[in-house]
Amino acid sequence: MKYMLLIYHDEPSWDALTETERQQVYLEYRTLREELTGRGQFVDGSQLQPVTTATTVRMRDGKELVTDGPFAETHEQLGGYFLVEAKDLDEATAIAARIPSARTGTIEVRPLVETAAPATA
Amino acid sequence: MANTLEQVFREEYGRIIATLIRISGSFDLAEEALQEAFIAAASKWELEGPPNNPGAWLTTVAHRRLLDALRRERTRTDKEAELIYEANRLQPYVEPELFEDDVEYSDDRLRLIFTCCHPSLTREAQVALTLRTLGGLTTTEIAHAFLLSEVTLAQRLVRAKQKIRLAGIPYEIPSLERIADRLAAVQAVIYLIFNEGYAASTGQSLIRNDLCVEAIRLGRVLCELLPDEPENVGLLALMLLQDSRREARVNQQGELVTLEEQDRSLWNSGEIEEGVNLVQQALRVRRVGNYQLQAAIAAVHAEAKTADETDWRQIVALYEELMHITSSPIVALNHAAAVAMSEGFEKG
Repeated sequence: MKYMLLIYHDEPSWDALTETERQQVYLEYRTLREELTGRGQFVDGSQLQPVTTATTVRMRDGKELVTDGPFAETHEQLGGYFLVEAKDLDEATAIAARIPSARTGTIEVRPLVETAAPATA
Repeated sequence: MANTLEQVFREEYGRIIATLIRISGSFDLAEEALQEAFIAAASKWELEGPPNNPGAWLTTVAHRRLLDALRRERTRTDKEAELIYEANRLQPYVEPELFEDDVEYSDDRLRLIFTCCHPSLTREAQVALTLRTLGGLTTTEIAHAFLLSEVTLAQRLVRAKQKIRLAGIPYEIPSLERIADRLAAVQAVIYLIFNEGYAASTGQSLIRNDLCVEAIRLGRVLCELLPDEPENVGLLALMLLQDSRREARVNQQGELVTLEEQDRSLWNSGEIEEGVNLVQQALRVRRVGNYQLQAAIAAVHAEAKTADETDWRQIVALYEELMHITSSPIVALNHAAAVAMSEGFEKG
């Protein structure tokens, strides 16, 4: 099964890290990514630009409504994601627990809807 | 006749459904198949009397129904091959009537209980699912016991089963590094079911006692499946010891009677004896835990012939140990009360 691991963190505390601390976290992310790739479990993943760069789009009555900011205001912001292949939820949560931001933020684990014919990129 | 079926139903439901779920990968198909097997049994056994091994008979019939159901679902051909293989493997005889008593089935209940109590399900869903599948209680029975509408309870079960399927909650015994946490959740679910029955007020008392009975039964299953875990044994002991006071806890007016004022002749000596033995058995393993200590405290109370004979100093010591492993304010309060009792006793 494919699982999306959505990484939520508190942006101000991320910004407050020193450059050395940040590099340390990046290193952990790279290590995890390489390990997942080695096991054939890594599908995709990336850090996202801060939420200040977010734009929300809605179509209402055929009209495009573009506004600043994320859809929902929460104390934690979506900061990145991993898309992984795992045999079940336990394996997916085990990966999620190893994401460095799990220690300070929250990882939301969501299964993808499996379609009969896989969509091609 | 109805009694036999009812009895078999209670005893065998969890075991059979656990295997059917493993084979089909579906809670719903497994439930339907087992339901159909029970209906078949009701009419057949009434005419011919129950078979030698009713559990095996039901398992075989339920397997066939499951196979039929999956055949109807033509799109799931891959699953079908697996099922035929499993069904053949598990059905050494063609005719269920030919089953001997010693035919063994693999026990999948441990997988089932861990799946039902998976941490990604809400506690309410865990409880409902455990009672429905492992306990074989009907939706109506569970709804009544928890004073919920049947619709609410049914929705809760549907959502839980849907989540198991869509989120890929495994149907497996958890890995070694996870089993301690998961087992704690299983114990919590069983104890919650017990307390839901035990803390019940009057009016619903009959239905509620059923919950205590069911929780104790589930506690026994857990001990049977994982006998080396002293907390499983401690939990069963605790429930038995609490349940032993059931008749004495409420007076004629339906009011609660405190432990000190209870008529101890009403206590169930059989449950006390079993509970005390289990506590001792668990403590010998030397891995104390919350349930074992609570059970030990209950055992000290149970062994006092009168309230005055209570060994309060031992109770104080047990509460002190309990405070080391839990920060519950109720435990601290009970400890303080026990200290007061023990000092008062010495002064008096």
